[in-house]
Amino acid sequence: MPEIGVIIKVLFMVLVVMAALLPVITWVERKQSALMQDRIGANRADIAGITVIGLLHPLADVLKLLSKEDVVPAGANRVMHLIAPVLALVPAIIILAAIPFGGVYDFGSGPVSLVAADLDWGMLYILAAGSIATYGTVLAGWSSNSNWGLLGSLRGSAQMISYEVTMGLSIVGIFMVFNTLKLQEMAQAQDATFHLLGFLETFGWISHLPSWLSWLQVPMWGVVLQPLGFVMFLTCIMAENKRPPFDVPEGESEIVAGYHMEYSGMRFGLFYTAEFLEVPVIGTIVTTLFLGGWAIPFLSTQDIIGGLIPVFGVGAATGLCLILQVLTFFLKVIFMIWLQMQIRWTLPRFRYDQVMDLCWKIMLPLSLANIFVTGLAILLIQEAGR
Amino acid sequence: MPVPLEHVIGLSAVLFAIGTIGALTRRNLVVIMMSIELMLNAVNLALLGFSRAWADPTGQIFVLMVITVAAAEVAVGLGILISLFRNRDSVNVEDVSLLKW
Amino acid sequence: MSAAAVLFYVFAAMTVVAALGMVLNVRNTVASAMSLVVAMIALAGIYVILEAHLVAVIQILVYAGAIVVLFLFVVMLLNLRSDAFAVPRSRLVKLLGMVVTGWILWVFVRLLPGSLPAVKALPEGFGGFRDVGRELFTSFVLPFEVTSFLLLAAIVGAVVLAKRRID
Repeated sequence: MPEIGVIIKVLFMVLVVMAALLPVITWVERKQSALMQDRIGANRADIAGITVIGLLHPLADVLKLLSKEDVVPAGANRVMHLIAPVLALVPAIIILAAIPFGGVYDFGSGPVSLVAADLDWGMLYILAAGSIATYGTVLAGWSSNSNWGLLGSLRGSAQMISYEVTMGLSIVGIFMVFNTLKLQEMAQAQDATFHLLGFLETFGWISHLPSWLSWLQVPMWGVVLQPLGFVMFLTCIMAENKRPPFDVPEGESEIVAGYHMEYSGMRFGLFYTAEFLEVPVIGTIVTTLFLGGWAIPFLSTQDIIGGLIPVFGVGAATGLCLILQVLTFFLKVIFMIWLQMQIRWTLPRFRYDQVMDLCWKIMLPLSLANIFVTGLAILLIQEAGR
Repeated sequence: MPVPLEHVIGLSAVLFAIGTIGALTRRNLVVIMMSIELMLNAVNLALLGFSRAWADPTGQIFVLMVITVAAAEVAVGLGILISLFRNRDSVNVEDVSLLKW
Repeated sequence: MSAAAVLFYVFAAMTVVAALGMVLNVRNTVASAMSLVVAMIALAGIYVILEAHLVAVIQILVYAGAIVVLFLFVVMLLNLRSDAFAVPRSRLVKLLGMVVTGWILWVFVRLLPGSLPAVKALPEGFGGFRDVGRELFTSFVLPFEVTSFLLLAAIVGAVVLAKRRID
């Protein structure tokens, strides 16, 4: 039955991201921050005296959270208290269904697209899932029947719905450039290179580019075509997920723990998982939109398969290309995770009014200007090409 | 069409009726506004049912306009509610019955 | 019964139950709002079954993801309590209400089947963002631009109404 392919892809994504990447990320967070702050970091969790440079700490975290008492504060709304962490975690997981972790390969029985849900409106699905995540924050603080919880929750939900707007607007430029909302098509469009000075020839300012400049090829990645969009989207999606430096709602030193203060045990574990799951999910989204997805720079799929066919034969060449491109995708995701950790441990926490100012007074006009300039550029290039 | 058009319209009617009951019988202004949103959603469902049945995208455009108008109405309505609450410290609709005969 | 039909009835049941939960819930305004969210997400599922994909995603993005959050904001900010169901004045009014509702429903059920024109076949890409977008920006560009004015008026109105007194 055709659904078995979908199930396999979903299981692959969930297993790789949640079971393989997620524990490593908590370790990376501790070790990277330790390296940046010139200290050793957590390295004492051990099994029978063997510490594995701190790799057992994620396991220790899980065991600790599972064994803690599940406290629900008096006067809290029990039902909302229970479903808030679920509403925070589930949208982060379901976003993974629409991410293409590999290209479209033909093994003889029709094209196989390595994405679990190849939606025509894939990016809108991701934005919609992100907007559902707001409810986790809203309900968590309110249902806790505590001052700090409510304060963190109000701040958090205001921040999230503000940055949703600019998150959507900042990638309209990418939609215009790639002319699609389907994430697999975006990744395929980034599987090419273009000449950096080609616009001189297109507009007719130079009749023909000199041959000594023909090496200046650049991969057609989103970050090259929309650099401002990349910076804005990265900022907005980090603010949307309340990643530090935008973590005023959690405010670890100001309002205790903000909206998830009254959560303990595995309920807090769900919030903890949601926050750390959002790091690779942000990584996958930014990789697909801006960093070329699964595409290897300067080596398009045709080049790889064409180059490997004489050595391996058609089926094995396609399979090898598949493995290479999936590995490239996860390498880029790991780069994005590293980048987010760097940003987290470099910048101090922003003040709440600075966060809101950044959204409405800087990001919104900038993203609208970006849309305008991108549209203008596309129009001029199309007119010149005619 | 997976289900007969009558069933879609019937569902829309049921939702509209539930929304009307909510708007007429509840006294909490927030719940009254949410019931109005439910009525708007029922209308959206009817419009989309007809749009699907007669292959006319006009219905979907109309629904987009309705969603936009609903968003604007909620923003202004909640603004009114907040200033009302500041003045009277209550959102019970029976407390704002000064003009009632 | 195709899978789409089964899903339609499941979503329809979810919507009706959630709508009733919203209207009949007297203890907790936040629970009413969450029931409304469930109703809207179930409606988005029905919209997808009715081949209105763009509208379904916009329903979740705008309605379930922003409008109801606004409601929850206001409820949390103002710390609103809930109320009791308003009881009708007399038993006669209750009876009259039920009779009128029953009569309307009976007329509806008698008249509706067979009164609607036949269903047409769908073109390719119906309800997708390209189709709707093309219509929106060619035939309906005037309503589109007018709604931008409407939203501007709503923003200004909401800011002015919710501001404290300007001293």
